[in-house]
Amino acid sequence: MTAQPEVPDGAPAIELRGISKAFGPVQANKGIDLRVSRGTIHGIIGENGAGKSTLMSILYGFYRPDSGEILIGGNPITITDSQTAIRAGIGMVFQHFKLVQNFTVLENVILGAEDGRLLRPSLSRARGELKRLASEYELQVDPDALVEDLSVGHQQRVEILKALYRQADILILDEPTGVLTPAEADHLFRILRGLRDEGKTIILITHKLREIMEITDNVSVMRRGEMVASVTTSETSPTQLAELMVGRKVLLRVEKAPAQPGAPVLEVRGLRMVDAAGVERLRGIDLDIRAGEVLGIAGVAGNGQTQLLEILGGYPEAGAKIEGALRLKGQPLPLTGSDAGARRKAGIGHVPEDRQVEGLIMDFSAWENVAFGYHDAPEFQSGWLMDQSAIRADAQAKIEHFDVRPPNPELAAKNFSGGNQQKIVVAREVERNPDLLLIGQPTRGVDIGAIEFIHKRIIALRDAGKAVLLVSVELDEIMALADRIAVMFDGRIMGERLPEEATTADLGCLMAGIEPGTIAPQDAIPPAALHVPAEGA
Amino acid sequence: MDFPTILQILDSAVRLMTPLLLACLAGLYSERAGVFDIGLEGKMLMAAFTAASVAYATDSAWLGLIAGILGAVLMSLIHGLAAITFRGNQLISGVAINFLASGLTVLLGQKIFGLAGRTPSLAGPARFSEITLPFAEALRPVPVIGPIYAELISGHTILVYIAFAMVPLTWWVLYRTRFGLRLRAVGENPASVDTAGVSVTRLRYAAVMICGALCGIAGAYLATGISAGFVKEMTAGRGFIALAALIFAKWRPWGALGACFLFGLFEALANRFPNLDLGFVTVPSMFMSALPYILTVVILAGFVGRAIPPRAGGEPYVKER
Repeated sequence: MTAQPEVPDGAPAIELRGISKAFGPVQANKGIDLRVSRGTIHGIIGENGAGKSTLMSILYGFYRPDSGEILIGGNPITITDSQTAIRAGIGMVFQHFKLVQNFTVLENVILGAEDGRLLRPSLSRARGELKRLASEYELQVDPDALVEDLSVGHQQRVEILKALYRQADILILDEPTGVLTPAEADHLFRILRGLRDEGKTIILITHKLREIMEITDNVSVMRRGEMVASVTTSETSPTQLAELMVGRKVLLRVEKAPAQPGAPVLEVRGLRMVDAAGVERLRGIDLDIRAGEVLGIAGVAGNGQTQLLEILGGYPEAGAKIEGALRLKGQPLPLTGSDAGARRKAGIGHVPEDRQVEGLIMDFSAWENVAFGYHDAPEFQSGWLMDQSAIRADAQAKIEHFDVRPPNPELAAKNFSGGNQQKIVVAREVERNPDLLLIGQPTRGVDIGAIEFIHKRIIALRDAGKAVLLVSVELDEIMALADRIAVMFDGRIMGERLPEEATTADLGCLMAGIEPGTIAPQDAIPPAALHVPAEGA
Repeated sequence: MDFPTILQILDSAVRLMTPLLLACLAGLYSERAGVFDIGLEGKMLMAAFTAASVAYATDSAWLGLIAGILGAVLMSLIHGLAAITFRGNQLISGVAINFLASGLTVLLGQKIFGLAGRTPSLAGPARFSEITLPFAEALRPVPVIGPIYAELISGHTILVYIAFAMVPLTWWVLYRTRFGLRLRAVGENPASVDTAGVSVTRLRYAAVMICGALCGIAGAYLATGISAGFVKEMTAGRGFIALAALIFAKWRPWGALGACFLFGLFEALANRFPNLDLGFVTVPSMFMSALPYILTVVILAGFVGRAIPPRAGGEPYVKER
């Protein structure tokens, strides 16, 4: 590692002047100015597509800006590639970790920063260095563990250790808490505060207002490629930040009347599932979802929520063994042998967790996507052909009703933004007025404006006396929407809570598989339990 | 079966496994770096042709070897250009290389030598001769060890010893050097290498070139070591068997040694007993010569259990936004 240049006193750690970057006709960054003071935690907040990631990619040498200037510690610098960025003391923790799964922690840490042609000296130096960093910053990780055996929280620590091993002075974290339990997120924040107190500069990119308020010293807001404000965190409020992000007033809280639950719409009894690889994914689930209520399933991704939704939606993983009983409106519902189409006909609407893989066919047009799953409905038929004009008219109406932008049903699904793609899926399922709506991660990667809209629709469906099963890894979302919260951990329901009585800490314990009342240290969370499968990696 | 017969079969297995082992290790470098290569066959064939031609023209096996390596590396560069630089489909590029080599060798051979796609027979210094190791004759009378040393270990061409030495060398490079660490990483998760500030393209090209060089040695061995000249399609599917061996070996160097030995042994058995008489029935020669290929199919059908290929294998690396 080369010595870093002398930093003039008082110069900001990073200063950007008029950074612009366009991808074809899309102006991702427009004249961005940013000053990040040394030894602070600086939040950058903005909706999806606001240009946060592009800006950080420019800082890390993935893109060259079309114009503008970057100063690190007061010295102008041209960042041509990641190597330059690393040498300038910038470390990056990506949202999707850049780790080699079947390498050990040590191997991952030295990769690209080896001391010489042979590995042995680098490995032993890294081992010592890791020990020092671990005790200094609460960054304990077993250096000889394979990364694939580590929990997501620990994998993230490896990423931070990688940056620190390269002597990063400026640490950029992109949406670091998306895959963490509340306890893990708290631990991360303690690490970040420790690093800041040692004089490191931290840039935290997030869309979660709560995190910005909790941990940052200053915050900059991006909207549509522009930096619209930079403020001191203590002098602002979540409402003000949300308004700056979206450019209009936003309701952060979902307004809803108390639920009026009726008879159970779906009864799940003793649901067990062993997947094709022989792993028991569901270990006896009992649930009642009643008319006129939203049942929220909280939990860290990968604890059986996906399998539950797939079974209820009628398309369990091939080769899985499933046991248990389902009753829909009092009538037995076959566990297997059914398909997604039959479930829809029985009155179960389904917004799947991954809209790009399960919810939409990305290359097909919006009107085709709006019809899918219901394309054999009688009103769409004309003799033995499909009535295309009826389907188009129907799609046009739904798209307008859901304010999908642009309101062009001929456009392929992939050409809509994440939020509008999700609106297409939600429109398709909700407008059919199902008795039961299964909805997984309704607002993942969706901007605040669309979140507000989708949340209102879910509540409206509930108020119309329908049952909603909401699965989300966003605890805030569950707290805001659910009338009852069930927490899933390792294929079981750990417990049920009412949102008005539940605390984040209490739910966090359940999410980590800790029974209430038993006190466990932060790090005693079994790593295997928090392992998130491929989807997050 | 008596001891001398077993020794002869094993000796023959060693000769026959050598090109497989070199090609298998060649594939190992390429695939560990995330570039699938079904063009091993074509590279070997091209190398066999260039090696035989140059060895004939210069009367030097060593110049032939160099020409073989150059011929195969040239094919590797084409594969690299298609698969790494232009992010094309690696399988299709590999198939193209096989076709290209198959056609080009015959065409050039006919044009240059006019012998229906063959090269003239090589003799003397144009071939690699067998090396007798020190004390081979002196030790021969020693029971068991003597014949093993004299028959099995001694008396091969230098290329055989190179091939066997490549096994520990490859292991050492992969697991003990910086280059090996990066090579394995780029085949598993190229983004991890890229974000660490190391060029994915350069690493993959390096791997593909090593692959070409090893295929070159394998081809040269076929044309100037085990036979005396190039014959049309003389690789006879060895490149594909090497690929099967690579999967059987689970992409590990020592595994490659074992897998290639097994294939070599089957080929040696088929050569030794064309009509295997089991007493009650005589196994026809066609079946015996088909054995290595049958074994390939059985192994590829998943008989070996779960073989996990390098995770980024077959996928061109595109920097994400």
